Amino acid sequence: MRIILKNSSDLPLYQQIKEQIKTAILNGELKAGQQLPSIRALANDLHVSVLTTKRVYTDLEAEGFILSRVGKGSFVAPENLELYLESKRRMVEKQLTEVCRLARQLGIKPEELHTMLDLLMEEENDES
Amino acid sequence: MTSILEVNNLTKTYDQFSLDRLSFSLQKGCITGFIGVNGAGKTTTIKSILGLINPEAGSIRFDGMEMNRQEKQIKNRIGFVLDEGYFYGMLTVKEMKNVIAPAYSSWDEQTFSNWIGRFGLNPNQKIASLSTGMRMKFAVALALSHHADLLIMDEPTSGLDPMMRSELMAILLDFMKEEGKSVFFSTHITSDLDKVADMLILIDGGKILLNEEKDTLLDNHARIKGDSRWINERTRPLFLTLRETPYGFEGLTHQKEALRQEMPDAVFERPTIEDIMLAYVGGAEIAH
Repeated sequence: MRIILKNSSDLPLYQQIKEQIKTAILNGELKAGQQLPSIRALANDLHVSVLTTKRVYTDLEAEGFILSRVGKGSFVAPENLELYLESKRRMVEKQLTEVCRLARQLGIKPEELHTMLDLLMEEENDES
Repeated sequence: MTSILEVNNLTKTYDQFSLDRLSFSLQKGCITGFIGVNGAGKTTTIKSILGLINPEAGSIRFDGMEMNRQEKQIKNRIGFVLDEGYFYGMLTVKEMKNVIAPAYSSWDEQTFSNWIGRFGLNPNQKIASLSTGMRMKFAVALALSHHADLLIMDEPTSGLDPMMRSELMAILLDFMKEEGKSVFFSTHITSDLDKVADMLILIDGGKILLNEEKDTLLDNHARIKGDSRWINERTRPLFLTLRETPYGFEGLTHQKEALRQEMPDAVFERPTIEDIMLAYVGGAEIAH
């Protein structure tokens, strides 16, 4: 798993770490049942506070991504990922619907909208 | 998380300086950095905790026990490394150890010789002939050989070269791997803390100015650079420190959101602990 913390990022450290662990889980790099490093080990490796990694794990557990067992450690949760992805997709669809409605109101043609989207996604790729 | 040490209303008055009803607690399982400029009160605080000087008022609790009542039990669970030499120079490493070891009922000779071996210390060498770095390692070996739960260190890195400092930080992190261990150490070399500290306490003029999670502190502050024309009567008060040159400005703020709205094109960077410390102790004009 790769975790890269940006000093120039606007996101708080714990959020940067949380998002990257989530990504690793969602793209299958971290498999269901796999053990995560201890909060101290992760904190040491990333040079962040153990209080930060603790918050990351607490959040990930609350969101159903991982399970923590006292004395055993934290593990990637076995299921619910499909559901999660599905709900994320629905969120994107919902926002796109809104965009389509706005575009129609303003008389923006579908082709223009496609071009806009392509450009935006290209910019995003350049940044990351 | 629960606290391992609680300091309440600690007061100590000297002619030129006083600790003024100092209160704070250390969380179990955390490395707490105690920062401040020279003369801020770090050493006085640590010596009061360790009972090396007598404060006029205040109480200290360790893991639920009162220092006044159960000093012996508490001291058995604290390891300490002090800045000034508290060793006898004419003794050898081994002789000095023999002076210290009986003070602890849980002294572990095997652990001590492991540390000595790991540090490459010669038991028969005179303490006076040890280098600064080796003397620090000897002090750490002594502090860590009775299964202490709390390690208290006063300026352990001062006088050490960067290699030795980072070696000491690695030893600390190693010590923290065991569940329930805690470290409290003072330093004015804040870069030591960037990597290892969990909590930060900033003291100045005998008062605590900040007591916060390190990462939260770094997240909530920002170093901002940009065009001097963006500085006006509305934006100026949002900075803790501000330095203007003919080429632009650089400043530290704890009001990131407000400033982002005011100057969306400015560069926002994560500050260092030193930036934050200097901003709060009034080193506003100090350039980098």
